[in-house]
Parts: sequence; structure tokens; C-alpha cells
Amino acid sequence: MERASGHTSDRMTSFSDSTDDAVTTAFADIPARLEQTPALIASGRFLDCECLLGPTGHPFHASIRAGRIVALVPAPVLMRSWRFSYRAQPAAWAEYWQAPPRAGWHDLLALTKRGEASLEGDLHPFMSNLQYFKDVLALPRNYFAIVPS
Amino acid sequence: MSGHVEPILGRYVHVEIGGETHRIYFEENGAGIPLVCLHTAGSDGRQWRHLLTDAEFAENFRIIAFDLPWHGKSNPPAGWSGEEYQLTTARYTETIRAFCKALTLDRPVVMGCSIGGRIVLNLAIDHAAEFRALIGLEAADFQAPWYDTTWLNRPDVHGGEVCAALVSGLIAPQSPQAARTETLWAYKQGGPGVFKGDLYFYRVDGDLRGRVETIDTKVCPLFLLTGEYDFSCTPEDTRRTAAAIGGASVTIMEQLGHFPMSENPEQFRRYISPVLGEILKQSMQTKQGVNV
Repeated sequence: MERASGHTSDRMTSFSDSTDDAVTTAFADIPARLEQTPALIASGRFLDCECLLGPTGHPFHASIRAGRIVALVPAPVLMRSWRFSYRAQPAAWAEYWQAPPRAGWHDLLALTKRGEASLEGDLHPFMSNLQYFKDVLALPRNYFAIVPS
Repeated sequence: MSGHVEPILGRYVHVEIGGETHRIYFEENGAGIPLVCLHTAGSDGRQWRHLLTDAEFAENFRIIAFDLPWHGKSNPPAGWSGEEYQLTTARYTETIRAFCKALTLDRPVVMGCSIGGRIVLNLAIDHAAEFRALIGLEAADFQAPWYDTTWLNRPDVHGGEVCAALVSGLIAPQSPQAARTETLWAYKQGGPGVFKGDLYFYRVDGDLRGRVETIDTKVCPLFLLTGEYDFSCTPEDTRRTAAAIGGASVTIMEQLGHFPMSENPEQFRRYISPVLGEILKQSMQTKQGVNV
């Protein structure tokens, strides 16, 4: 029994780790995917912002200039300021990136409402470019391979 | 004329609301049982254009959609001097009843979505005998807020863009892109502060918890339909509301969100057709004296 239980735990850890890794990789790919989406860059053309985006435990520090993500590095970065953060549990990102996502997991603010994501800081850049952030953070949707259990 | 002309007719009716004349724009098509359709907060009657042009429904229903004052082609009243617009339960109820009276509608069916769904519940509570049936889409007695409405009307954020971006997540991902874009376009066109003012009714003034228990569906049948992707008025919100009302019909609509009639008209038709069929059947039985 102990052995069987341990085996299950290992599998769960393994699944969780693989989800975390896949989410981190998907995030790292977002700037390149954005570069392939000029209309989305154009919609954020007035946006210059430092923000934290990504998985709750290990987000990225994103530097956005004229709608382009010019730097995306693992946070924290020594003494670097940010204006707002949007962070969600890795499993929530995995759900958000399903095509199609399940009901209740399909929008950034659906995730905050259900307590799977947190939105903090000075929200002005986020709210004044809301559709931009929704679309940028959905870019991995058609490429994300992990299916949540 | 060689172009395709839709059968929708649009006109204005002058309606007395709060002691002041309002010029209300409405569109209609069909003949038979009056079916008055109420748009969502911050939008207008164009949301109903697919229902309005449904030839099968139009055979038995006079389908009518009007723009609330401040919305669509219904301007603010002439006496408005720019003070903050705020929709209240009393004002919304008065507007619907006054509109129906101005068109001398005989016990109409009223179908409303979102704030329209909420006010339908209030009509069921206080004025059920005036209506043949009531249909609430995305309707509940209350739902938990999920954003701060002050973002909707401030000079440093584009009102149209933020209103549309907020509600975009309420549309089901399966909805066709063209219908999604059209649904959001109305939000981008809304007047400053109008969506926020509508939500005063939704968030502050129109909490119907503890009141829906008094609804008597024997006086007026009540149908509640909610899209599975609506995370503003969730299926759980609608089920909880219906559980307090004896005889209310509840349907959870798959692959639909907060704007069923405009975000995916074809999918919505699958759900609303049986409801209208049931109302038609009940109405014919009543007319023949079977169910009086």
C-alpha cells in the first residue's frame, strides 16, 4: 500500500512539474509569438510598461515598449520596479490555454474571480490596454500541449 | 430595389417616463403575440437583429426591440443637463411598462438579457399579471461583482475600448468571430458613463435576493436561460435564483456566454425556439378556453 501510494504521489508531482515547466516554456515563447502578430503589437502601440506576468510562484518581469515585449526575464530582477502584476496558478494557465478553454477558465478576469489569479499594483496600464493583455496572454493557446487532469 | 432588404421596421414612439417625454427608438417584425426584447447594459436593441429577422418566429410573434434612453438611437431626454446617468429598478420598470402601454401591447412576453434578465425578475415580482410570459437570459437575483465599475468612465481610459474588453471575456470561445466583433462593437459605441450607469441598477439598486420567492409562475410563466460561459451571471447564480421560485424553468445553454442572441444566434435559436413554442402553445390554449 505504501509503495502504491508513493507511486501515485510521484506521478502527481511529475504531472505538476511537467505542467509548471510547460507553462514556463510557453511564457518564454510569448515575445516571439507576439512578433508574429503585428496587429496585436499595433493595438498596444501606446503602451510602455514594466509588469510582472506569469505563474504565481515564478513570474516573469516583462518590459513592454510600444506594444512589443522587448525583455522577458524571470523575476525578481534586482531593484527593478513594476507597475502591475497578473499572476495565475500554473494549472490555471494550462486551462486558459486549452482550445477551447473550459467555461470559467476562459478569461483573465474569470480566473481572478474564481481566485486562481491575482491582479495587483497600479492597474491603469492593464485596464487601458485590457484587450491587448488578454490577447497577448492567450497567444500560447493553439500551441500548448498539456491537457489539465 | 435590387438589394436584400431586411423585414425589420424601425420607428420612434414618444413615451412619458418620470414625467418627461422620451423619444424611444424601437424595431419590430412579425405579427401575433407581442414579444418585447431588452438589451444588455451598455448596448442597444441591435443585439436582437437575428431574432427580429427569424421568419419562423415572426409568423406568430410581433418581435419588438427598443433602445433604452441614452442607448442606441434613443437619445437622452431633452431636459437632461449632463448629470450622471444612473438606471434604477423603479426607472427601468417604469420604462418597460410605459413603452408597452405606449404601443398598447396586450399582455406582451418580455425577454431580457443581463440587466434585462434581472428586471424581468422584478416584473415577475411586482407586475406579473401584465405579462403573458417572462424570459430571463443570463438572469439572477444577484451576482458577485468581478471588477470596479469606475474604470468604465474616466478621462484617462478609453471608455469604449475598456467596456468592450471587459465584456469580451463573457462571450463563449466557440462563438463565431463576426458575431463576437459585432457584439463588442455596440460596447465601443456606447455613450460615456452609460454602461456604468446601467450597472448602478445591476450592482447597487437591483439586488432581488429575498424578493424572488414571491414570484408566482402560475400568474405568469417564467423561463430562465443562462450560457455556460457566462462567468458574470453564472449558471449557479441562475440555478440558485430559480430554486427559490416554484415552477421556474431553467436551461443552461452550452457553448454560449452572456450575449446569447448576438454572440451566436444559431446556437441560441436551438434553446429559445422550444421556449417560444411553449409560450405559443399556452397562449393558444388560453385563447381557446382550455387553460383559462
